[in-house]
Amino acid sequence: MQEINKKQESNTKEITNFLTDMKQNVGDDERLVSAIAGAGLVTYGISKGGLLGTALSLVGGGLVYRGATGHCHLYSAVDKNTAAPSQTRVHVQKSVTIDKSQAELYQFWRNFENLPQFMNHLESVTVLDDKRSHWKAKAPLGTSVEWEAEATGEVENERISWHSVEGSEIPNSGVVEFRPTTNRGTEVRVTLTYEPPAGKLGSWIAWLFGEEPSQQVAEDLRRFKSLMETGLIMKVEGQTSGRIAEVAEEKSKVKTASA
Amino acid sequence: MKAVCWMGKHNVSVENVPDPSILNSRDAIIKITSTAICGSDLHLYNGFIPTMEQGDILGHEFMGEVVELGSSVTNLKKGDRVVVPFTIACGSCFFCKKDLWSACDNSNPKPTAQETVYGFTGSGLFGFSHMMGGFAGGQAEYVRVPFADVGPLKIPDGLEDEQVLFLSDIFPTGYQAAENCNIQEGDTVAIWGAGPVGQFAVKSAFMLGAEKVVLIDHYNDRLELAQKENENLETINFDNEDVYTKLLDLTGGRGPDSCIDAVGLESHGSSPDALLDYAKAAVFLATDRLHALRQAIYCCRKGGTVSIPGVYGGFLDKFPLGAAFGKGLTFKMGQTNMHSYMPRLLEAIQEDKIDPRFVISHRLNLSEAPMAYDQFNKEKDTWRKVVLKPH
Repeated sequence: MQEINKKQESNTKEITNFLTDMKQNVGDDERLVSAIAGAGLVTYGISKGGLLGTALSLVGGGLVYRGATGHCHLYSAVDKNTAAPSQTRVHVQKSVTIDKSQAELYQFWRNFENLPQFMNHLESVTVLDDKRSHWKAKAPLGTSVEWEAEATGEVENERISWHSVEGSEIPNSGVVEFRPTTNRGTEVRVTLTYEPPAGKLGSWIAWLFGEEPSQQVAEDLRRFKSLMETGLIMKVEGQTSGRIAEVAEEKSKVKTASA
Repeated sequence: MKAVCWMGKHNVSVENVPDPSILNSRDAIIKITSTAICGSDLHLYNGFIPTMEQGDILGHEFMGEVVELGSSVTNLKKGDRVVVPFTIACGSCFFCKKDLWSACDNSNPKPTAQETVYGFTGSGLFGFSHMMGGFAGGQAEYVRVPFADVGPLKIPDGLEDEQVLFLSDIFPTGYQAAENCNIQEGDTVAIWGAGPVGQFAVKSAFMLGAEKVVLIDHYNDRLELAQKENENLETINFDNEDVYTKLLDLTGGRGPDSCIDAVGLESHGSSPDALLDYAKAAVFLATDRLHALRQAIYCCRKGGTVSIPGVYGGFLDKFPLGAAFGKGLTFKMGQTNMHSYMPRLLEAIQEDKIDPRFVISHRLNLSEAPMAYDQFNKEKDTWRKVVLKPH
């Protein structure tokens, strides 16, 4: 009986903690994004109506609450805190395993001019000399950024590292490592560090528009794998569908008219 | 060209769309001579599979003639007659090399949705939603086939379309389901679902040496067809008989050695758990109905195998893991590793071990597809397998 009472007591305590532990654990940038996205969802949910609309509004309401109070119950449940002071530097690490030898992968990567073939955000890379190269990348909202990079070290077939030279718009550095496995091909690990133009908020906004760096690196690596293993990157853009049926009909009408 | 397009839940229409074109160097364009509607197309029709978009071209069971080739395809030539597997595979990744073709790493250009929901993505599929790659399907006059140097199987002269069309999905799918049971001498295999995959699973189980096969459904016409096709088959109509009691009776109290769920996520039934599944799926509290799977787990003998060729997409409620654990069951499931089965099953057809034509119930023109979807969805007893002719 005593034990049961104890258990009840601890349950009550947990619930009280849940309700009263309202310390800020959501960073200010993230609060802003959370509030904006939440408000958007509420509006969309209400306009859509129905069960799904209601559910979306509820989720949106939660995000607004999180933005307004700076407290996220989920974060406190998993002990996460994005309000703690953090650097504006973005750090990304991603890996992929490719069924090719270290040497094949290393050689392809080592010619930096190959990189835009699978790094979609890169417009071009021009090798200037043994050490230096000029990089041009797409930036959010149709703009672009350029910088010069310098190779800082390489171990043949194993790793390549580089950083941008002094005074770059986006100071950045990176390492790619090629590690053999017993019989699974080669593990390729990319580590990127860079300072986005508008700090962490910039990276959050980029995430909303689908250009978040860690997602971007993951997709780049997947394309690298596909290119090396199959010789191509599978695409469906440009295929036919019923969505362009009307266009086709229009065209055939024009043809008939001109004939 | 004309193509069958998904326009929304319970709404397909035949649209005039642009002809497909080569997008990658390993593509081919096939002029379709025969295509079929699959039971899993009804999951799309009934709105159970997320990430469909209005205007998507349906169809993943098709065959035809090569009319155009990408620059890297050297093993095919224009005019070749081919059957195309519904799973798309590159042939050179870790999984393809391991014969796990439906787990291909490089054929789904839209992997994010599956990675979010499943952790990893499987291979791309024709005409089966954007989370499966968003590839245009083959219920059309022409189709683009990616990795055409790996997938399409050349068909020798002397075989009719209808004899080999089902190598594109349902025959290998039924066969893999039976092979996954690891059938031993004296085994009894129970199969839930007398649709085309269940029908092929019955034949495959006998081909692989099962002593007794029991087919469970509540559509009499389908059960009768299977009985006519397989002399020694036992059947159970679950509307008239208790499945567990009957299975025990047929196996001397042991239970079947293997159970195959060839039903998938739109299971029917009128027991309390099945009705609860209906209610929950209707208000989005669960995505999949699994009455047949629960029963298969319950009936399976200790240490037996449950093999699942039926399609599941999301989350299962009241999954009896306790029974599975308590009996030490083995589970085998997944999309079919098509490329591994097609050549040997073509041989089985050539050697007259099986004639797949028996599953066909309707032969129609492509333009009749909207009516066919509607009827196939409503009249399961008589509408079993629809073959469409586009030209």
